[in-house]
Amino acid sequence: MSTPFYVSPQQAMADRAEYARKGIARGRSLVVLQYADGIVFVGENPSRALHKFSEIYDRIGFAAAGKYNEYENLRIGGVRYADLRGYTYDRDDVTARGLANVYAQTLGTIFSSAAEKPYEVELVVAEVGETPEGDQIYRLPHDGSIVDEHGSVAVGGNAEQISSYLDQRHQDGMSLAEALKLAVQSLSREPNGGEREIPAERLEVAVLDRTRPQQRKFRRIVGRQLDRLLEEGGAETATEAEDAEDEE
Amino acid sequence: MEANTRSTGRLPAAFLTPGSSSFMDFLSQHQPEMLPGKRQLPPVQGVIEAPHGTTIVAVTFPGGVVLAGDRRATMGNMIAQRDIEKVFPADEYSAVGIAGTAGLAVEMVKLFQLELEHFEKVEGTTLSLEGKANRLSTMIRSNLAMAMQGLAVVPLFAGFDVDRDKGRIFSYDVTGGRSEEHGYASTGSGSIFARGAMKKLYRDDLTEEQATTLVIQALYDAADDDSATGGPDVARRIYPIVTVITEDGFRRLTDDESSDIARAILERRLEQPDGPRAALL
Repeated sequence: MSTPFYVSPQQAMADRAEYARKGIARGRSLVVLQYADGIVFVGENPSRALHKFSEIYDRIGFAAAGKYNEYENLRIGGVRYADLRGYTYDRDDVTARGLANVYAQTLGTIFSSAAEKPYEVELVVAEVGETPEGDQIYRLPHDGSIVDEHGSVAVGGNAEQISSYLDQRHQDGMSLAEALKLAVQSLSREPNGGEREIPAERLEVAVLDRTRPQQRKFRRIVGRQLDRLLEEGGAETATEAEDAEDEE
Repeated sequence: MEANTRSTGRLPAAFLTPGSSSFMDFLSQHQPEMLPGKRQLPPVQGVIEAPHGTTIVAVTFPGGVVLAGDRRATMGNMIAQRDIEKVFPADEYSAVGIAGTAGLAVEMVKLFQLELEHFEKVEGTTLSLEGKANRLSTMIRSNLAMAMQGLAVVPLFAGFDVDRDKGRIFSYDVTGGRSEEHGYASTGSGSIFARGAMKKLYRDDLTEEQATTLVIQALYDAADDDSATGGPDVARRIYPIVTVITEDGFRRLTDDESSDIARAILERRLEQPDGPRAALL
């Protein structure tokens, strides 16, 4: 019988992390931003049926980058968790914090268990509050950690560059059109510094809108509504961009 | 949900197992004891005393459907509750009204609403109206053992069929048997009287306003002859719950709207206690 090679635990974990990160980096990035009336999810997605964003519960939305079958599995698990919890207790007792915790435990256990391959996914769980102060955004990397984010967050391939771009430009109280415009700008940036155009048909946009009268606040923005918002944001910020250039 | 996530805090395997998009199927595998139909009732002598909801009526009109219910719950000869609500939205385009054992019926509605919402979230699309009606059928059937002991639930389901562009009504019996009703339908103890009234008043070209008036007339007639059905309670400002479902979705009439209709009817009935008369020939 041959003796297996010794691999130090540090090395094993680093390899697993590297494996997961590479898998996630293959997918397109997506961003989640707070705006005045809620939280907006924006990503590039050529498919209209296979969503990156979806509704988990009344005020809770879900976004994921990485391997589709793995995050789809987690998404359905989250819907089941939320629905069962709401059925057992009350609709108000389903919170993003609780859900993020369960996701973190799940990802963490899978990541550190030698029997399973690590999930190549990075999740965002967001909950819209009654006021912007009540909004919560959690980022859940592949290894089971939780990051409590404010304002804006990016996940996926080019996330670091996009995040720093967003951090510099995101402001509280932006309108939906402004936030959408900023999100699209950030996603259009190439890792090598260039820019490319993302046509509206390739954008997936959804919001958690606190002004929606229904109990369920999640809504997809598609078609004409999306075109209108993109135009609106473009017209408003075009003049601002010129001003900024003048200052420079 | 400590019990569900067990000791590790991670999602149990059942949550991550690919399977059906039905919440009830998930529940029956993961926590069957939470399903209403899975409960065993000890053998008892006689009838179990529990509040019963009474009359529900529905009427279609071009462009939608109206579903309404009175506000009384009775327990034997007693009025158990004066302002019970028995008509609920099932989802954006459908509503369910319940007659029968109130406790079980409310639980059934809660599970039914969740079933539709769960499917919508998992699949990203809504069930067809027929699909929803069938789901409700299954739930009633699972309650059959309880129904045999006097705890029956018999709902009325109404919705706007977005594919066919019209309002539709489905009625049920205790065994889960489902039948589509054309024009109007009623369920509950006062249903016979309500149905008689609707038969004489119904036309197939009603406006939404006329349809809402018609259902309150029918409920008035039911309350007139059935002691378990409550009429409009002017002193306490308790009026029937009236809901309208059109292509714009579900809407419940505000208290002011339903009180206006109920008061107008009451005013006319002061002169004609039996309500409007239909032509003889």
